[in-house]
Amino acid sequence: MAKKASSSSTLSESRPGTEARPFLWTRKDLLGLDELSAEEIVHILDTAESFREVSTRSIKKVPALRGKVVALLFFEDSTRTRMSFELAADRLSADTLLFTAKGSSVAKGETTLDTVRNIEAMGVDVFVVRHRQPGAPHMLARKVRASIVNAGDGAHEHPTQALLDIFTIRRRLGRVDGLKVAIVGDIAHSRVARSNILGLTKLGAEVVVVGPPTLVPSAIRPMGCEVSHSLDAVLGEVDVINMLRIQFERFGSNLFPSVREYSKLYGLNAQRLKRCRKDVLVMHPGPINRGVELTSDVADGPNSCILQQVTNGLAVRMAVLYLVSQGGPA
Amino acid sequence: MLSAKQVQNALDKLYRQIVEALPTDRQAAVIGIRTRGETLATRICDRLRAERPDLDIAHGVLDITFYRDDLSRRRGAPLVRATEIDFDIDETFVVLVDDVVHTGRSVRAALDALHDFGRARFIRLAVLIDRGGRELPISPDFVGRKVSAANTKRVQVRLKENDGEEGVFIINSF
Repeated sequence: MAKKASSSSTLSESRPGTEARPFLWTRKDLLGLDELSAEEIVHILDTAESFREVSTRSIKKVPALRGKVVALLFFEDSTRTRMSFELAADRLSADTLLFTAKGSSVAKGETTLDTVRNIEAMGVDVFVVRHRQPGAPHMLARKVRASIVNAGDGAHEHPTQALLDIFTIRRRLGRVDGLKVAIVGDIAHSRVARSNILGLTKLGAEVVVVGPPTLVPSAIRPMGCEVSHSLDAVLGEVDVINMLRIQFERFGSNLFPSVREYSKLYGLNAQRLKRCRKDVLVMHPGPINRGVELTSDVADGPNSCILQQVTNGLAVRMAVLYLVSQGGPA
Repeated sequence: MLSAKQVQNALDKLYRQIVEALPTDRQAAVIGIRTRGETLATRICDRLRAERPDLDIAHGVLDITFYRDDLSRRRGAPLVRATEIDFDIDETFVVLVDDVVHTGRSVRAALDALHDFGRARFIRLAVLIDRGGRELPISPDFVGRKVSAANTKRVQVRLKENDGEEGVFIINSF
């Protein structure tokens, strides 16, 4: 892997046995890939490489966040992201608190900020926040002292998903720079697509977004990606295909004529896979609609890395929780 | 403070102590603490395998960042690297290698980290330089060379593989 060999030896370290390294992570929050530099993204990925090893030990735990409290605030439902963050916090020996909007004070009319301030007053160090309002984590980051990690804000960003996607690409293909990545599906409403485009282009990959014109607006071009309305046209030229989930809840809104038509034009099946490069990487953030965006033979085939994405997600989230709790002013 | 030649002599002395102590009837492991300890452990291991093919020696690397007791006092996170111990340490004779022992806190962290990998039968501590100044009840079993330095100074070992030169230096950096 592209692990940076660190050779310089500055003298800022005060104790023997550790080496001073040129790059230090200094952010208290992870809000999105928009504000991160390529160097910061690589630093997260490199840190995640170290955390992968922890999950292979017989005791899958390190005391890095012992005595710290990580609160998981899910104002919007989530299963796998929440479990992944929860397990990541557990493996760092942090204590975790879980808050979901259902049946909580939010239902009684409390504002998001009040909710968070109240929980922070109990002595929380890191908040992992999912919220349907874009920018909610950014607002919280300005108002509270604790670290904020964005676990998805509306259609805006989902940084840890993009980081684990990029991490998986880098592990499987050995690099990110110079690759061509197709992101297929509902780009207009996808925070996963936005964060992926931002991260991939910063690391030097080319991105082409693919889908019907109702879901892939041309206005996305200024983000630095190509736009295509034909999956067949891009198949032969990409190294990675990231298939987004079709959100059935949008079917009433005239964005889709029918599931069958979508699947026929934009679904990835064995025939289409044959026209791809032999070692093309097939990704999906889950949960999969089998038979819609991906057929089972492709989803479970050798080109798929869907379960590795989940495994890597744990390492990436451990890295993020560790880094934000080390960063920022004392 | 010490020349390349003196570093070599200290390392030879350390090596001889380790060879003498290694058991012949059980697996032994030489585990270095990142970063200079790793380099020293690699050198020791290579030499052991060349000179004593009869012994069964495993080689590992430990990154102790997550186990440090000063983690929350530091600002900013340097890159953490993976620990590489791909063998079972249960019942082994472990030689833990570091470049300098000072307060003993790195060693304490390393012992905690090792504990998470299993129960070694013995753990011995080998250091190239013992500079005194312990804050914990920890003492090395094998020492390449003792030096004395004021607590306000830093004793830095530089090795070819990491720094492009060999030697031990005293630095005002506390």
